[in-house]
Amino acid sequence: MEMYLYIALFAPLVGSLTAGLFGASKKTLFTGVFASGMLFASFISSLLLLVQVLQGNTYHVEMMTWIATGGLYVPFGFVVNSVTVTMMMVVTTVSTVVHVYAIGYMDHDKAFNRFFAYLSAFVFSMMVLVMSDNLLGLFIGWEGVGVCSWLLIGFWYHKESATWAANEAFIMNRIADLAMLVGIFTLYWNLGTISYEGIFASVGTADHTMLVVAAAFLFVGAMGKSAQFPLHTWLADAMEGPTPVSALIHAATMVTAGVYLVVRMNPLYDLVPEVGIVIASLGAFVAMFAASMALVNRDMKRIIAYSTLSQLGYMFVAAGLGAYWVALFHLMAHAFFKALLFLGAGNVMHAMSDELDPFKMGGLGKVMPGTFWMMTLASIALAGFFPFAGFFSKDLILEVAFVGHHPILYTVLLLTAGLTAFYSFRLAFLIFTGEERYKLFGFHPHEAYKYMLVAMSPLLVLAIIAGFLFKGTYYEMVTAMLPAGEYHVHNPIVYWIMTIGTQLFVGGAVLYAWIKYKNAKVDKKVEAGFFYQLLFNQYYIPKIYDEVFSKPYAELSKMFWKLDNAVVDATVDGIAGVFYGTAKKTHTMQDGNLSSMLKWMVVGLVALLVSAAVFIGVVTNADVIMKLLGH
Amino acid sequence: MMEITLTHYLVLSTVLFSIGLIGVMRRKNLLMLFFATEILLNSVNIALVAISHFYGDFTGQMFAFFIIAIAASEVAVGLGLLVLWFKRFNTIDLDNMTSMKG
Repeated sequence: MEMYLYIALFAPLVGSLTAGLFGASKKTLFTGVFASGMLFASFISSLLLLVQVLQGNTYHVEMMTWIATGGLYVPFGFVVNSVTVTMMMVVTTVSTVVHVYAIGYMDHDKAFNRFFAYLSAFVFSMMVLVMSDNLLGLFIGWEGVGVCSWLLIGFWYHKESATWAANEAFIMNRIADLAMLVGIFTLYWNLGTISYEGIFASVGTADHTMLVVAAAFLFVGAMGKSAQFPLHTWLADAMEGPTPVSALIHAATMVTAGVYLVVRMNPLYDLVPEVGIVIASLGAFVAMFAASMALVNRDMKRIIAYSTLSQLGYMFVAAGLGAYWVALFHLMAHAFFKALLFLGAGNVMHAMSDELDPFKMGGLGKVMPGTFWMMTLASIALAGFFPFAGFFSKDLILEVAFVGHHPILYTVLLLTAGLTAFYSFRLAFLIFTGEERYKLFGFHPHEAYKYMLVAMSPLLVLAIIAGFLFKGTYYEMVTAMLPAGEYHVHNPIVYWIMTIGTQLFVGGAVLYAWIKYKNAKVDKKVEAGFFYQLLFNQYYIPKIYDEVFSKPYAELSKMFWKLDNAVVDATVDGIAGVFYGTAKKTHTMQDGNLSSMLKWMVVGLVALLVSAAVFIGVVTNADVIMKLLGH
Repeated sequence: MMEITLTHYLVLSTVLFSIGLIGVMRRKNLLMLFFATEILLNSVNIALVAISHFYGDFTGQMFAFFIIAIAASEVAVGLGLLVLWFKRFNTIDLDNMTSMKG
């Protein structure tokens, strides 16, 4: 079984390196197929491991020693247990689908091979992050996915906006990673170990303040990766990358790493409920905050990105309130339907020659029925209608908030559920129904390749069945590791009122979206209004960051640049100038005339003779000179 | 009559060397340059032989023979090149040979 663990982990690396070998050459279909094959091997291995874990087995291997110095011992150790295997399944399923899909999506791209090298490298890093048995290994994977995310956001590096977005994402994550490192150091400093087992064994007796500090700093790291407020701006800008990247990295896997970290460190967070409540409150705030920005946005991919942000907020609410298994369950369900939604958006982008404004589309449902159905069903799952995956996972989070007596969190999340339904169906209606506005703009949409749709279908199936089919089994499995909790409203009348009420509320939101957007009418009065502008400009946060951080920093840099020019550059240039000037003056000696060269030779000879004479004179008269000098 | 000592030989050698050195520096004719070089070599030969005789050691005289032999072959090669150069450029003036500039 250990062999399967290694296959699951290293097959993506093999795929990445192989594709990387052909990175600089022209498109070869082989690299895409091989990388996808490797991913499929990883998926199968994960599946076999899942079967084993379901039977109650767990695996822990130490591949080799990494750091062993003094009291610090860090191996390359990997763990397969119910939590990691869940993540492994999510990562390998979505990435296999995305790889196959990308063969079609990147079909006309010159850098086809390079794309697969990066994409598979990302999956490898993600697997390291998930499977590592210690925090340092997790950190390596954490940075690895960061690098791959940077490479892939800036994949079309000739576009200024893409490189800018890539750098923004990388720098924001660096800020958060610093906090995460501090968290890891705090734990090591006080507990003397960074392996999960060691930490969990000793947190119970550790100093409470220290635990609060460590938990808070680790969460700041998670905030960066999961793009929580105030480090959220990079996620929407990251949509500059190719759409398969948005689906895999910026919706399904990497951004959920923050949630995974909190879930993985659950014994620590269980001990510090005050940090937990902060996490939950921030999560609820982000859920609503991001959803509100999605309401008015006119960029298809950004709407879905804000939706991702909002759903990450839901997950943090569950994780913060101690319902770790619920958070992980929503993570899984969300990965399926959100990746599906993104891939559908990718089809639409292809059909519309990379146009992103849904107001320029309309009526595409007739031209691309496959994509229409997939995106609609994904939106239904996202909105949380029974019996789709989103219903089971999201309603569960609402119940967690309700049962935990957090009426404010519950209300915020309920309202957000309505907003979610509204903006996702606003998008769906604008794209697929109503007048065919695209004709005005001269687009000729077409359905995506058939195999791309086939590749997407597993996600569709999972988005529909993951809730009611897996919930029981999943609960049995993960509660072996995570604190169990049924989070069930005991009074059946309250339960039914809540569930049906939520469904009606969400249904109402969809209906409202239909009335409002079936004709894609734009209400100029609303658009000029303060709130619309506030939301449309993302609460002016990017602007504020630009004014408060970027511009003063640029000014400071300019100042230091001048200082650097005046001091360091001037010194170096001065030294170089001396040599250059001397050479310029003396190079006339080398005039090529034999006669003058001979003269210089004689000058040299005389100089040597004179110095030899002086030397001999000094040596033979040393005692006299010493006397003269007063010794 | 004054006896000729080592000093006299060495003074002669130095005088000849100086003449050769001035010739090397001042002459612009390649042929004259060869003459000046020969004077330099022979001044050294005189010094070597004189000192060799003074010490009663033949090493210096052997060296003088070597220098004569090498000087002869050097001149043979040099003159050959000189003739070639003259045939080609019709001059052996040093100021015209400036192709090897730094």
